[in-house]
Parts: sequence; structure tokens; C-alpha cells
Amino acid sequence: MVDVYLLQVFNGLSVGSILLLVALGLAFSFGLMGVINMAHGEFIMIGAYAPYVLQTMVGGANNDPLGLTFLLSIPVAFVVTALLGVGLERSLIQFLYGRPLDTLLATWGVGLMLQQSARSIFGAPNVQVVSPAWLNGGLAITEGLSLPYKRLFIMVLVLACVAAIWVYLTRSGAGRRMRAVMQNRDIASCLGVPTRIVDASTFGLGAGLAGIAGCALTLLGPIGPALGTYYIVDAFMVVALGGVGQLTGTIAAALLIGIVNTSVELWSSATVGKALVLVLVIFFLRWKPAGLVALRTR
Amino acid sequence: MLNEKEEPQGSLAGPAARECALVAGTCLLMIVVLPLVLSEFRLALLAKFLTFAIVALAIDLAWGYTGMLSLGHGVFFGLGAYALAMHMKLEAAKDGLPDFMGWSGLRELPGFWVPFESGAFSLLMVIVLPAVLAAGLGILIFRGRVQGVYFSIITQALALIATLVFVGQQPYTGGTNGMTNFSTVFGFPLIETSTQLGLFALTVVVLGLTYLALRFLTRSRAGAILVAIRDQEDRLRFFGYDPALVKVAVFVLSAAIAGIAGALFVPQVGIISPANMGIVPSIEMVIWVAVGGRGTLIGPIIGALVVNAAKSGLSESFPDFWQYFLGALFVGSVVLFPDGIVGGIARGVRRLKRMREASAPESAPARELAAAGRPLEAES
Repeated sequence: MVDVYLLQVFNGLSVGSILLLVALGLAFSFGLMGVINMAHGEFIMIGAYAPYVLQTMVGGANNDPLGLTFLLSIPVAFVVTALLGVGLERSLIQFLYGRPLDTLLATWGVGLMLQQSARSIFGAPNVQVVSPAWLNGGLAITEGLSLPYKRLFIMVLVLACVAAIWVYLTRSGAGRRMRAVMQNRDIASCLGVPTRIVDASTFGLGAGLAGIAGCALTLLGPIGPALGTYYIVDAFMVVALGGVGQLTGTIAAALLIGIVNTSVELWSSATVGKALVLVLVIFFLRWKPAGLVALRTR
Repeated sequence: MLNEKEEPQGSLAGPAARECALVAGTCLLMIVVLPLVLSEFRLALLAKFLTFAIVALAIDLAWGYTGMLSLGHGVFFGLGAYALAMHMKLEAAKDGLPDFMGWSGLRELPGFWVPFESGAFSLLMVIVLPAVLAAGLGILIFRGRVQGVYFSIITQALALIATLVFVGQQPYTGGTNGMTNFSTVFGFPLIETSTQLGLFALTVVVLGLTYLALRFLTRSRAGAILVAIRDQEDRLRFFGYDPALVKVAVFVLSAAIAGIAGALFVPQVGIISPANMGIVPSIEMVIWVAVGGRGTLIGPIIGALVVNAAKSGLSESFPDFWQYFLGALFVGSVVLFPDGIVGGIARGVRRLKRMREASAPESAPARELAAAGRPLEAES
């Protein structure tokens, strides 16, 4: 019984880590620009098609015994979705700053079009990406408890991404400028920070992270044009719970929601888990409207 | 009806009577003429769109006037529809069980279904269920001063959860298939043309009454408070009003109207399923309002009719193209036409007037007068 519970916590952590990758981009764009990006789920979907396309290009999984296409698809997905993100920001979102409800509707429309494009290109049915052989099986901890390598890989991947973002935010000039704009756009602009470039690159970064999350999702099951819609609501819950602008808040919220979802699923159903998360978020917002870790400014 | 924006606020007595007469006349005309000129199929389609127009009005009250963008109105619509569908299911089953319960292996009627044997109780629930859910959620959200997008995101999560619940509880709700195969509504056989005509007339009347009720509400002092909440909630709070209370009330009213629309939808369309209440249908309801023109009352009605007519026209022949078109509609209605069809027409009319005034000698005072007559919402 303990084994089963531990496995659920582990699964919760791995689901939570994917949510984290998705939610980081949402939190950035909401924190930085007051933009609610409903098309974010479609960046996940596009990222998920990256390994599928690469695998199809080499002629199926049989021609790729080492799973190199999958490894290669991670940077490819990041670059492709990041560029799409920058394009979306430049072509549409920059005109809607400070109107979150309007961005919500407009980006929903963009999402619809992206989904339909995927349907036109890849067909409506779900497709399966063959995972690299070396990710099959699991790490046996005890007799009954074995941690699947796939989920471990996802957690390591997310850990690497979060570490990279942390370095970017705290140690690089671009990250410092991004934090400056997030804290006070006007002052940052006065001091010579090119806010437009910061906006576009941040949006691209968030989209790229969603693309990586999409790659990771191909390990867990078949993918389809509507893949993003399954994750977007949970990711928004993470943003609401974690607050915007602080990495730690988003991380804590994502892992918490992941674990609550899977743990409740164990003794009840997925629906109850989701309902519980919603109630949790509502009460939490009343208690701390700015989220788990609020940005402190004077 | 289009020039509603031009009249100054507060002048209710004379214009009110005229407006009532106008709406009543329009309704009567629709009830008498449309069944004569439209085929049975077209009339049924229009009846469905008119129930959607009622939902659009409900969303407009919450979003266009009060600034609360609800992405969960499909749930309230669905609750109203299910409440009546449960009664119709029991009518169809005579003394036995509704068919889907038998398929799911249920032997006797679940306790919470029993009161729905009564038609009056079911009709009450059409309003009470959505209203209670909205009240509970509204109190939780607005008392905590949760605002703006967080409200939207929470209502969207509600739409997701409600769909999951209705799909998951198949023995009690019919699952993914929902409830269908009705035979009668309050004893009237649905197959009869007279029943359908009666339901059509009822829908038109309810739409007219909803329009008038919201017209007087939004024109009254209370309506000014709604717009104030939308535009400057904090300032209103400093004046000593309690915006949370008003917002809860508006949300409840809006949910109840959506529930009534759902109850009108179900006997005419003959099915209600989770597919009508999830995230996607809920946000499509919002686009009707955006396309027609938020913050006006005729706008949502026009929007619901136009968008759904386009949908049934385009999605039958070009299903792929419809998705692109719908997506473009979302983007376009926000970026290019934030005031929707009605706002666009009103702006065009105003510009035309100004051009004519500019050529006339007494142009300056006339323009001032026109500016003073503009209601609050045009200045946001």
C-alpha cells in the first residue's frame, strides 16, 4: 500500500513537472505583459509533433534504434515553438497589452486556427511516437515499486530546463532586463531597457518551454491536435496558485497540483481531484491574492 | 432599436412604453409571420438560435455591462437544460426507469431524481440550480476580491469539471450521450407541429421579456453601478458601495437566465449532452456577444443569430474552413472590431452625423450636445 502511494506521489511529481514547464510560459507572459495566452496549449501540441515529424522523416522508429531523433527533437521543438511565439507576439499580442480579457479571446482564436492547421497537416486521429528503447522499463526501488525511466527522464529534463531558466533569470543580462520590466515597466524603459525586445523574447521563451513539454508528453501516450487543451486549464490553475513573476511560486504550485491530482485520483476519481484543486485555488486566492510567492516591490 | 445609445439616461416613462410596444410588436410579428414563411427545419434552427440569443444576453449582462468575463456559462445553460430533461425523461419512461439508467444497470430511480417527477419542481430547478451554483461560486470569488482574468480562469475550470462530472456519472446523467429520446413535454407530444410552434412562440416571448428586463435594469441607477464596476471598481468601493454584492447578484441573475435558455433549448433540439456545456461551447457563447457588440442589448441577439447562422451554413459544407473562420472571428472581433457589429454601425452613424454637422453653421454646440448625450459605456 505504501508502495502504491509512493508511486502516485512519484507520478504526481512527473505530471507536476510537465505542468511546470507549461505554466512557466503562461506565468511569464501574464506577469510581464498582462497577457493571458490561451494558445499556449497549442505550443505544447506543436512541440509534441516535433518528434513525430523527425521520426517519420527518418522512416520510422526502426531506422533509429538509439532514439536520436527524440533527443534531437527537444531542441528542435524549442526553437520552432519559440519562433512561433515571437511571431505571435509581434503580429498580434503586442497590440493588446494591458487588456487581459481581450488577449484571452484573441489567443483562443489563434489556438483554434493552430489546432485546425494541425488537423489539416497531420490528420485528426491521434498518432503515436515510438519512445527510445533505452527509456523502456523502470528503476526498481523495492519489490513492488518501480519508477518508470520515462517519467524519470521527464523529471530530469524539467530539472535541467528550470536550472537553465534560473541561470537565465539571475545570471544573464537578458534575464535581469526581463525581471526589471516585470517589476516596473516604465522605470525599466526609462533606464534604457528595450521593453519590446524583452516582451518578444520572453514570450518566445515561454512558448519554447511549452514546446519542450510537448516533446516530453510524447513519452506518456499518443498525441493529437487537441493535446494542449487537456493541460491548459491545469496550467492556469498553477499560475493562479503560484503567482506571477517568481520561479519558486510556480514550481511549488505545479508540484502541489500534480500531487493533489494524482493522490486524489487514487482514492476517488480524476474529476474529484480537479474539483478539489479548483476549490483549493479559489480559497487560496482569497487568502493570498498574489499567489504563493508574491513579488515584493516598494 | 439600434439607436438606443443615442438617448439620454433616465428618461424612462414615455420611451419605456414605446419600447415595450416595439418589442411586443416585433415578437408578435415573429410569432405570426415566421412560421408561415420558414420551413419546419429552418424554424427549428431559428428557435435554437433564439435560445442561444437568450444566453448571449445573459453573458452580456455579466461581461459587457459588469466586466465579468464568464467562460462557464455553458454550465448554467446545461444545468437548466438537464433539469427539464430529467423531467421529460421521466415522462417518456412512464412508470419505469429512463432508458439510459437501465443500460447502466440501475434497478431503481436514484433518490435525487424522484422530485423531478413533478413538473413544477423541475421548472423551479431550471432557475434554482444554476442560480445556486452561481451564488456559491460568486460569493467565494467576489467576497475574496478575486478579479478579472482569475474569475475567467476559474469559470473555465468550472466548465471543465462540470463536463467531467456529467460524463463520469453515466448512470445518473446519461454520460457522454447525455439525455435524448424524449416523447412529451408536460404532456404535449414533441412530434406535433403545434407543440413545436408553441415552444417557438414561448422562446420568442422569453427573449423579448429578457431583453426588456435587462433594458430597464441597465438603464436604471443599478445599471449605472454595473458599468461603474466594470470601469472603476475601486472608486465605486470608496463611494461606499459593495461591488462584491452587486457582482454576485449579477452573476446569479445571468446564470438563471442562461438556465432558462437551456430549458427552452432541450425540448426543441431534443438532446442535451456534456458537449453543450463544456469549455468550447462556453467560450463560443462569449464570441456571440463579442461579434454582436458587448455593452449593448441588441448586439448579443444579432451576434448569436449571425454567428450560428454562419456556423450552420459553413460547417455543413466546409467543416475545416469553419474552424479557421471561427478562429479569425475571435481575433478579428477583439483586434479590429472591439465594439462588434452594433458598435461598428453606431460609430458609422455617429461619424455620418458629425460630417453633416460640420458642414452646417451651428456645428460646435450641436457636437457638444451629441457628446453629452453619449452614455457612460461609450467613454470607456
